[in-house]
Amino acid sequence: MTDKIVAENLSKVFGDDPDEALELIRSGKTKDEVLAQTGQTIGVHSVDFSVAEGEVFVVMGLSGSGKSTLVRMLNRLIDASDGAIYLDGEDVCTANAAALRRLRLEKITMVFQHFALFPHKTVLENVEYGLKIAGVAPDERRDRARAALDKVGLSAWGDSRPAALSGGMQQRVGLARGLAVDPEILLMDEPFSALDPLIRRDMQNELLALQRELKKTIVFITHDLDEALTLGDRIAIMKEGRFVQVGTAEEIVGNPADDYVAAFTQDIDRARVFDAQSVMDVPEALDLDHDDPSTARRRLDDLRRDSLHVLAKGELAGIVTRRSLAQVEGRRGASLGDALQHEAPTARPDTRLSSLYGACRSGLPVAITDDSGEFIGVVTPEAVFDLLAQDNTTPRAPGTPADEHSADAAPALSA
Amino acid sequence: MWQPSDSFEIPLDAWVEAAIKGWLVPNFREVFQAIQAPISLVLEGFDNGLQAIPMPVFAIVLALVAWRVASRGLAIFTLVSLAVVDLIGVWSQTMTTLAMILTAVLFCALVGVPLGIAAARRDGFEKGIRPVLDIMQTIPPFVYLVPIVMLFGVGMTPGIIATIIFALPPIIRLTNLGIRSVPADLIEAAYAFGSSPRQVLWEVQLPLALRTIMAGLNQTLMLALSMTVIAALIGAGGLGLTVYTGLGRLDVGAATEGGLGIVLLAMILDRITQALGSDATPQSPGLLKTLKSFFRKRAPAAASHG
Repeated sequence: MTDKIVAENLSKVFGDDPDEALELIRSGKTKDEVLAQTGQTIGVHSVDFSVAEGEVFVVMGLSGSGKSTLVRMLNRLIDASDGAIYLDGEDVCTANAAALRRLRLEKITMVFQHFALFPHKTVLENVEYGLKIAGVAPDERRDRARAALDKVGLSAWGDSRPAALSGGMQQRVGLARGLAVDPEILLMDEPFSALDPLIRRDMQNELLALQRELKKTIVFITHDLDEALTLGDRIAIMKEGRFVQVGTAEEIVGNPADDYVAAFTQDIDRARVFDAQSVMDVPEALDLDHDDPSTARRRLDDLRRDSLHVLAKGELAGIVTRRSLAQVEGRRGASLGDALQHEAPTARPDTRLSSLYGACRSGLPVAITDDSGEFIGVVTPEAVFDLLAQDNTTPRAPGTPADEHSADAAPALSA
Repeated sequence: MWQPSDSFEIPLDAWVEAAIKGWLVPNFREVFQAIQAPISLVLEGFDNGLQAIPMPVFAIVLALVAWRVASRGLAIFTLVSLAVVDLIGVWSQTMTTLAMILTAVLFCALVGVPLGIAAARRDGFEKGIRPVLDIMQTIPPFVYLVPIVMLFGVGMTPGIIATIIFALPPIIRLTNLGIRSVPADLIEAAYAFGSSPRQVLWEVQLPLALRTIMAGLNQTLMLALSMTVIAALIGAGGLGLTVYTGLGRLDVGAATEGGLGIVLLAMILDRITQALGSDATPQSPGLLKTLKSFFRKRAPAAASHG
């Protein structure tokens, strides 16, 4: 996949002499020390990352961690103090006013935390704003704005004022406004943070559904790790202007880079982060045509399993257990087929563990099949419990602050 | 007790005299004369126009506007007030005053709104213009009447120029304030979608500042009205002249007639412009739309007669 966004050594200092402040922070001083010494605030410093086309890249951090500054540097609402940003290889930081406007008009749009809808314009006028600015003819832009409103399910509200809409609806308008110009990159600055939890969940699901269809490159800012894990293909954890860890949801939760990340992840429902793949065993199976009950029992003993899946000509046919074998073993000429239970639970490799609970209820191992139906592994209920029971938070001595030195001690994974 | 002026006095009066009479007037009289030209032109246009409209037509149209933008109560008040003004015999003077006010307010808006926008965009400019506005608002108009007479002569136009100087500050201040108080996140959003600064101004800042700018316009209008009598001192006509003449002849009756005319005109204009500014959203669709809707309502009636 090609990299849509590349950021190199990106830094932002709020103050008069950024070079001085950057030198200090690179020599190992903390943000607070730099502020005390120079009166300048470090927003972001020395951040490297790249976002692939069609990827949802989530930047997660608490307030003041520099994530809003970071996202604003990508479309240069804030000028970077140091470093470079390339969108499709085009340098954003050195682009002149005309080139920058063209980027904002065509390539990169933004959705804001507090919606930032224009109160004096109707919903439809808000959605068509980007197109109007780009000089698209009124009829065409109205059609495209309607289509965008339709995508977010608000086509009936085009003539209302934003103030007449609820928070969730307003943010849908914000999203439609971002999508109307059909950008390649969508920047979302805590878009769902101002919504209440149920609406937020709805909006997340809706965004995922839209993303499956539209495949935009999305940079999503949030302070909510749950949201980050739900939405992100990759997640960057940000603290004091730097990336502490960058990785997939599973990498972040399964292998936190330091205590700071671990503290975040400890309350996470791991079943919603990990998928079947991560606890999958090798696909041991019997063959319906070649194995008989006696060889089946031998295999079970060898593998120390209580059940095994059975394939017929490469396709999953069912499962045999010690119990079903015992029922047919007494009979003469019994074949493996007689012991076969056809109702074997199956799942996809990317099924979340939380969705596997039902399949695990039977106590049988769950067969994992890929898109073409090929049997690629098994997940045993025990393996699911093992993973859920893992505790990766390193115990801390009581009374010490959680993340005093962790960021310095653990090198950040580069993106 | 000794005080500084016993030993030395700054001859400020002589300096100012010399600067204005010796330098400004001889060298720049032509320039100032040229400045008057557009103002005289607009004034004449307004005055001729207003004087030509028959009183009942004007009263009814203004009452309809009042009804449209404010309420039926204001419409009735407008109708009654204008009738009173006509009955006490100062209709023509009222129209002249109205023409002067409209001219002054028009030029105040033409000058003040762009200056206010410039002040909102550049902090340095705001800092520079603020003391000038302070001086304009605190200096007694009588102080600048004399130089105005020297530079522009006597008559209607110099009167309007004095009115403009007096009434200009609020529209500049409130335009500046209105644009500065547009929420920053909306400006940011507008830029994020690729707007140029000019597009941000026209699409976001001015529409959202409109209420405040209208409040400034209302203030400017009221100040302009309060200058009518002072402007009459240097030869402006209208109701101000009626009051001034009454004052000179100790004619209490004439002065009262003029004063009543000014007060009634002020009340009508104030209420209408306030209504335009305050509830901009629910019922007032702006002057142009109001006129258009009158036109639409009448069109079918006219057609049925035809």
